[in-house]
Amino acid sequence: MSGTPIQAVAIGASAGAVQALLAILPALPASFSLPVLVVVHVPPDRSNMLVPLFQSKCRIKVKEAEDKEPVENGVAYFAPSDYHMLVETDGCVALSTDEPVNYSRPSIDVLFESAADYYGSALAGVILTGANHDGAAGLKAVADVGGVAIVENPDGAYASAMPTAALEATPSARIMSHDQIVFFLSSLGTAR
Amino acid sequence: MSEIEDLEIQLLLEALFQRYHYDFRHYARASIKRRLIQARLHLGFATISAMQDRVLHDASMLPRLLDFLTVQVSEMFRDPTYFKALREKVLPHLRTYPSLKIWIAGSSTGEEVYSLAILFKEEGLYDRTIFYATDINPEALAAAEAGVYTIDRIRKFTENHQKSGGKSSLSDYYTAAYGRAAFDKSLRDRVVFSDHSLVTDAVFAEMHLISCRNVMIYFDRPLQDRAIGLFRDSLTRKGFLGLGSKESLRFSSHAGAFTDFVPGEKIYQRREP
Ligand SMILES: C[S@@+](CC[C@H](N)C(=O)[O-])C[C@H]1O[C@@H](n2cnc3c(N)ncnc32)[C@H](O)[C@@H]1O
Repeated sequence: MSGTPIQAVAIGASAGAVQALLAILPALPASFSLPVLVVVHVPPDRSNMLVPLFQSKCRIKVKEAEDKEPVENGVAYFAPSDYHMLVETDGCVALSTDEPVNYSRPSIDVLFESAADYYGSALAGVILTGANHDGAAGLKAVADVGGVAIVENPDGAYASAMPTAALEATPSARIMSHDQIVFFLSSLGTAR
Repeated sequence: MSEIEDLEIQLLLEALFQRYHYDFRHYARASIKRRLIQARLHLGFATISAMQDRVLHDASMLPRLLDFLTVQVSEMFRDPTYFKALREKVLPHLRTYPSLKIWIAGSSTGEEVYSLAILFKEEGLYDRTIFYATDINPEALAAAEAGVYTIDRIRKFTENHQKSGGKSSLSDYYTAAYGRAAFDKSLRDRVVFSDHSLVTDAVFAEMHLISCRNVMIYFDRPLQDRAIGLFRDSLTRKGFLGLGSKESLRFSSHAGAFTDFVPGEKIYQRREP
């Protein structure tokens, strides 16, 4: 753990994602000053209901990520369905149609590993509910570069497999409830 | 550790360019890095530099590396609404020409080529058309020319074909045997398959339609812009350009040379110069 100020937040969620994200993203204040990169596993073809839903509920700006667009503070970027979302080496978000990873596209690991590479210890990674193991390697990559690793408490999660796998890979990760995650993120993103 | 690896990657890409003229130096680096790390693990090298040493001295290593550096993910009638828009909005214009030239840039293993050939057959335009299918990966080009796919993919292809407004049955165009579907020769007797790079090669003249889908997404912005300039210069007056569903001209310096012909499907038309 280092004292670097956090510059970006990455969030991964699968089964039960919508409820979990509804407890978190709309609670962030309008003054929230970090970019939030969100990967949710959604079946291909039945996607982008999420973006309008969260646009209508959130105080921060919400959009679907576009290929090679610069990342802006205070904006939540959702990966489009059937595309991976990465942070490029110049800090833009990029999309790709590479093979699914962990049977998933978008994959949480792909986002987290590329974001860890770019932001290093200035990244906070959050793994929420899910019924698979995607995100475990990604969160470990975040912890390995000195970023902040956060996992939703598996006991309270809609599906515990994903947070459990993330904790096995990164035992030092902080375990938090939705409310604690909101509090923690708000404190990162407004006290600057 | 990671910085050394980034340097090794840069050197490897430089080596591939100098030695073999494959230029990946301006591809989106984060995803190239992912795939090179996969290649390193899969091919059993301790470091990227060791992999570079091998590929410099042993040309037989090149195709193996190309398989990682290029992404061969495709599908017939991928994004069916794109093909539906071509059928309903673009083909009525193309129909007015006595002969047609179509360029499928980054044709991968051929799925997009056969989709367009079937579309043009269904619409009665196939016989007046020459299709140019290009890619930088020789193995993908060979697979495209063979037109053989595993049978488990056919269900999705058929579903996509129907959704694209298909007027025939996909099964009219292939024969299935031993777990494979072999597409009919009559779908490629007007197709020219050739090696061409959007990064290092020149224009193809006088195309009526260029379909380049999910290729530029792997490029950085300046390289995307080069490719779009190449397309502009390769199109006839009022020719059409179709891109992948997450690609666009919006950020390109050449955007002014095109109109948004089917907004939402990423189908553009070349303005009159
Ligand atoms: C993801 S596939 C797209 C296949 C098909 N167009 C589709 O959308 O289903 C990308 C293809 O682009 C090819 N490619 C990569 N770089 C290229 C370049 N510089 N010029 C031409 N093709 C390239 C790759 O070899 C690969 O076959």
